[in-house]
Amino acid sequence: MKPYELTISQAASLLSRRRLTSQELTGAVLERIHAVEDRVGAYITINDEPAMAQAMAADKAISEGRGTALTGIPLAVKDLICTQGIRTTCASRILENFIPPFDATVIQKLKAAGAVLVGKVNMDEFAMGSSTENSAFKTTHNPWDLSRIPGGSSGGSAAAVAADMCLGSLGSDTGGSIRQPASHCGVVGLKPTYGRVSRFGLVAFASSLDQIGPIAKDTRDCALLLNAISGHDPRDSTSVPEPVPDYTRYLAGDLKGLVAGIPKEYHSSKGIDPEVAIAVNRAIQTLQDLGVRCVDVSLPHTEYAVAAYYVIAPCEASSNLARYDGVKYGFRDKTAVTLTDMYRNTRSKGFGPEVQRRIILGTYSLSAGYYDAYYGKASQVRTLIMEDFKKAFQKCDLLISPVAPTPAFAIRENTDDPLTMYLSDVFTLSANLAGIPGISVPCGFSRTGLPIGLQLMGPHFSEGNLLKTAYHFEQSTDFHEKKAKL
Amino acid sequence: MKISKKDVIHVADLARIELDEAAVDKFSHQIGTILDYVDTLNRLDTSGVSPTSHAIFLTNAFREDEIKQHLDLELALSNAPDKNEDTFSVPRVIGG
Repeated sequence: MKPYELTISQAASLLSRRRLTSQELTGAVLERIHAVEDRVGAYITINDEPAMAQAMAADKAISEGRGTALTGIPLAVKDLICTQGIRTTCASRILENFIPPFDATVIQKLKAAGAVLVGKVNMDEFAMGSSTENSAFKTTHNPWDLSRIPGGSSGGSAAAVAADMCLGSLGSDTGGSIRQPASHCGVVGLKPTYGRVSRFGLVAFASSLDQIGPIAKDTRDCALLLNAISGHDPRDSTSVPEPVPDYTRYLAGDLKGLVAGIPKEYHSSKGIDPEVAIAVNRAIQTLQDLGVRCVDVSLPHTEYAVAAYYVIAPCEASSNLARYDGVKYGFRDKTAVTLTDMYRNTRSKGFGPEVQRRIILGTYSLSAGYYDAYYGKASQVRTLIMEDFKKAFQKCDLLISPVAPTPAFAIRENTDDPLTMYLSDVFTLSANLAGIPGISVPCGFSRTGLPIGLQLMGPHFSEGNLLKTAYHFEQSTDFHEKKAKL
Repeated sequence: MKISKKDVIHVADLARIELDEAAVDKFSHQIGTILDYVDTLNRLDTSGVSPTSHAIFLTNAFREDEIKQHLDLELALSNAPDKNEDTFSVPRVIGG
């Protein structure tokens, strides 16, 4: 096995036993990145030299007995998480040359744990999209089939993990942006409870929905990454002062006595591909064989989630993105003579079409005379969606559903039709509206070899249960062990 | 159409975005389709339902009002597209 093929826990074990150094591991991962990047296109910035310096420091820490579970582990980070001294672009022209003067809290935590940052990975511009095709810089290809999208918006994070171009990564999830690309790339992705992980230094898209989370080769690695990034942060007033358990401890034991809800609205949806339905039904059977009791539940407002989301998220985005005015950082159009023209030219040239579309949609929905009909109404529907979950969780510990209605679609298949693209988020975005955690774990392949993911969602702060269920599912299947052939 | 071209131009202007004619055509069509879809929300009676803007039950987050370290001036200005000594510089605001 090549070092870059290792999982985080395998590599950590070799590192701590001095059978491998972080410099060897990091060097192998960087070589792998350079060998396949022209086919996969996962990275916006590759950090060769700083990564090797971090690896050297990690080897020293390990030799002095100061190693943690992540010391010396090469990780990739979605390019909307601020990294001091390293360009953070949001895959947007408007931030093309932005070098943050500070680290996001999650980066501080990863650095404190001794992790190695090999680079910043591609995404849909400002995380707006489900295919990573909205990047201003490059197209990321699905490692399982290079003619297909990796999913999005954290497409670079998922593709980099699937193609062994890092051992694990961080993404962000506003409507499915961790879970859907993880599903399409055959890796594990977890969206934590809103407030579990600090958003300080995460470039804001929709502040009431955004959450940073891990993408990894298996569930154990996901738990290790979540351990490192979770916790209250005084610099994010929406982070929750809830103690952080050791999530790997949940992996022990068995699933007997666990009750899983099967939400009928998620399984009877018209757009669901038969191969996805078959894989998910088999997964339900596997979980039942492991002792999980399944009950039917209903989330009656599911059909309104996409509509509510595509009002709320653009409204928040239009407000958050008002800060890109060419004054303090980022791109400025220098041809303008007046201040207003400078703003207008900067934003018109700096933002891509999907971002402009959402800013206009959000500005319209918030404007005088439309606020109550759109934002007000959608916020009420959000309450109903949250109540649906609350009622369901009185009958079960977690919910089982598909992640996406279909496997990864072809590049450029949906780019001219935003509504169709939005509808593909139907199974994931309710979790963001309700602030609950969700995990995507590989549960099968299509006939043409495309990965299919299983989604588990639970009540607020039930990450432990989700990881445990995903782990036991993984232990009795081998989907996560299959590798994309590049 | 749910949103007129005039509305698109007006709202884009509020958001300080300038669109060419092709973009106005495209956006009014696409945003119109999205707003038609959003209208399905009106099938729901939400009278008496309180709106949610935050999914977690946290109220205010208070802290002591203490002096803390802040971003160094030079670093704060390090990404400025244009600066003048210790300030950000922008095109002239008042005519003259």
